[in-house]
Amino acid sequence: MTAPPDDCLARNDWICGEYLTSRREILWDAVVQHLQLTVVSVLIGLLLAVPLAVAARRWRWAAGPVLGLTTVLYTIPSLAMFSLLLPVYGLSASLVIAGLVLYSLTLLVRNILAGLRSVPEETRQAARGMGYGPIRMLFAVELPLSLPAAMAGLRIATVSAVSLVTVGAIVGHGGLGNLIYTGMNTYFKAQVLTASVLCVVIAIAADLLLLGVQRLLTPWTRAVQS
Amino acid sequence: MNTLSSAWSWLTSAAHWSGDDGIWHRLGEHLFLTVVCLLLSCLIALPVALVLGHLGKGGALAVNISNVGRAVPTFAVLVLLLLTPLGTHGQWPTIIALVVFAVPPLLTNAYVGMREVDRDVVRAARGMGMTGRQLLFHVELPLAFPLVLTGVRIAAVQLVATATLAALAGGGGLGRIITAGFNLASTPQVVAGAVLVAGFALLVEGLFEIAQRLAPEWARGRMG
Repeated sequence: MTAPPDDCLARNDWICGEYLTSRREILWDAVVQHLQLTVVSVLIGLLLAVPLAVAARRWRWAAGPVLGLTTVLYTIPSLAMFSLLLPVYGLSASLVIAGLVLYSLTLLVRNILAGLRSVPEETRQAARGMGYGPIRMLFAVELPLSLPAAMAGLRIATVSAVSLVTVGAIVGHGGLGNLIYTGMNTYFKAQVLTASVLCVVIAIAADLLLLGVQRLLTPWTRAVQS
Repeated sequence: MNTLSSAWSWLTSAAHWSGDDGIWHRLGEHLFLTVVCLLLSCLIALPVALVLGHLGKGGALAVNISNVGRAVPTFAVLVLLLLTPLGTHGQWPTIIALVVFAVPPLLTNAYVGMREVDRDVVRAARGMGMTGRQLLFHVELPLAFPLVLTGVRIAAVQLVATATLAALAGGGGLGRIITAGFNLASTPQVVAGAVLVAGFALLVEGLFEIAQRLAPEWARGRMG
């Protein structure tokens, strides 16, 4: 009989270099899945949120129901949201994406609407005076001016999505959440800590990336601040 | 839809409401966790936020803590706490995780509420010879109250959600009905549990909404 190896895996340490090297591929796959789920959900959420926010801005009666519905959706806890979608999507990645789309949608609609509402009336009157039609006004004046608020919403939605993907572990599609879930069941400390830290790192990286994009897209906000 | 009718019959069967795994027991656990942790979080967060807001210090911390709270996955914190030595102490990992995620919205909203009090009003109160304590309790706190209440409301909804997730890490509450449903591969039970959780969360949100509408003018939230 050989004695079990006395490395950090056998001791079940929280921090373990051996784990990182031996499970590199599993970790990489989980990170890729995590990123895919996040990016796809936020992008679909954005595609749906812009027309909804524009509609709520244009027609006053639409604002109440749109905001009410998004508040209701946002109130439903993530685990319940995924569970309610189970009969529709089954145990699939689509279920996780659908749930995350609903959350991102909520945050994005609110922020884009706030952005559209913050466009000064004088600016719109000036554009109208220069002969801008409603469509051109929307794309050339209103949407660009609502970018700061919209980008703030996009950052919040993305960071929340990164964190919520982990709950997808309940249906086996949770990216790093899967590693946390199996790590919990097998009491594997290094795996749980590594996956958790990676989640936070992804969230921070995504936030900084979007902050950079925001600065590139809205140079006028910097000029005002300085 | 077939699943919906089976979920309905799961919900309406009397056997599922009684006993240790029953809905009443899980609802009680959920309510207990939410209320106790909301009180704990308020006791921790509000004094800190009110004092920081009164002194006008630590703003960056109070505002950024919400962003940090959003980036850290709730599920990860629950599992990490479960694997620490605390994990063997019953409900404690759940309670700590719940408080950790309820404190940021309370702190941020109360702090912002305190700082948004009209500076002219504060200066006038000082000019009238109010002490710091009088200023805090008779001027700043009443004026900041709507935002403090909004923070409590966000925290309460957050607590209901976190308590649900706690079931994934072996905690009690209504989430247990969902996780048990997944383990039994019983879609009706999963959906029934989800309906209960969603209903509970919406009820909490609705109660705060009603409370804010019934409240006197000065205590009403400005946010929709």
